[in-house]
Amino acid sequence: MNHDNPSFEFLGLSFNPSNILMLFVTCLVVFLIAFIATRNLQMKPTGMQNFMEWVMDFVKGIIKNNMDWKDGGRFHVLGITLIMFVFVANMLGLPFAIVWDHELWWKSPTADPVITLTLASMVVVLTHYYGVKQLGTKGYFKTYLQPMPFLAPLKVIEEFANTLTLGLRLYGNIFAGEILIGLLAGLGASSIFGLIGAAIPAIAWLGFSVFIGSIQAFIFVMLTMVYMSHKVSSDH
Amino acid sequence: MFGNTFILLSANADAGFLAALNQRLNLGDIIVTVIFFSLLMLLLKKFAWGPLMGVMNQRAELIANEIEAAENSRLESQKLLEEQRALLKEARDNAQSIVENARKQGETQREELIAAARAEVNRMKESATLEIATEREKAVAAVREEFVSLSILAASKVLGKEISEEDNRALIEETIVKAGEGR
Repeated sequence: MNHDNPSFEFLGLSFNPSNILMLFVTCLVVFLIAFIATRNLQMKPTGMQNFMEWVMDFVKGIIKNNMDWKDGGRFHVLGITLIMFVFVANMLGLPFAIVWDHELWWKSPTADPVITLTLASMVVVLTHYYGVKQLGTKGYFKTYLQPMPFLAPLKVIEEFANTLTLGLRLYGNIFAGEILIGLLAGLGASSIFGLIGAAIPAIAWLGFSVFIGSIQAFIFVMLTMVYMSHKVSSDH
Repeated sequence: MFGNTFILLSANADAGFLAALNQRLNLGDIIVTVIFFSLLMLLLKKFAWGPLMGVMNQRAELIANEIEAAENSRLESQKLLEEQRALLKEARDNAQSIVENARKQGETQREELIAAARAEVNRMKESATLEIATEREKAVAAVREEFVSLSILAASKVLGKEISEEDNRALIEETIVKAGEGR
């Protein structure tokens, strides 16, 4: 189970080509799904267009739960892209993993903490950006003094805690899922008895992983919008 | 991996920091993730979400318009219905008054006709009476004349002589009138 990660250096920065590959695959899959679904758009939607519209309305619902559509409408595109991206990323590692030369190449990109924390940091940085943009610098700093000025240190800590929990929650769930799938696959491959013993748990766990992957994508987007609303809405 | 990184973060905050961090953390992956995600978002916005949102907005607009049009046509049809109902009522009233008028007119006409007929009858009766009277007088005169002639004839036969008709006629007529009076 202990695989190395491939890596190379470029311009003094170290890269993990497996991550790059999987990110690229994720982007490609998401783009193809969205692109094919939105060809031949019609007033009376059919097939894939229905599905994409459902996704849009779903994300719209998440945003509307947290803030005014007037404030939140601009995050719609971010939300849809994020939920599709995270969901597809979570699903990619489920069917199989490819290990080449003891280096793990095919996996969920979200099973890497660097990627999930990058996404989380990106989201939190965006919340600060839109907080300043929406409330002005003064209003932005005022939010740290509410509800009580002496809680300001906690508010600062909260920002970092948010980033960490947002990223590590996703990473932990997906990484654990992949580990268990790997273990069950190893058990199934070991012997005929192992195959019999592992078949049912493996199927159950795969189903559960699909569920977890969807839930985590939903939670990621939902928390993104919660953090956004904390920064953007003036009444909070 | 992360525990180590944070120990590193706290321990080593100098010039070699990034280089040391790079040994443990794939800084390149961070950049790649951000770039890939941003690119994906921009491409999707251009090729997928933008058109889809456009269609959805268009549909929302269309539905709003349709609802408005339906409401308008409903109001209009209601107005027309009211109008038609008023017209119908007016027509009915008109018809009733026309019938009433006609009946009244007919009645007066009938009265007139009856009165005229009655007058005509009276007039005819009167003229008939008159005519009868003149006829009778005429008949009486004729009979009288015949009688005179016969009387003269008889008298001339009895007397056996010709008397001047003109002389005697006056005499005889006088006699007859006397006789008539005497009767």
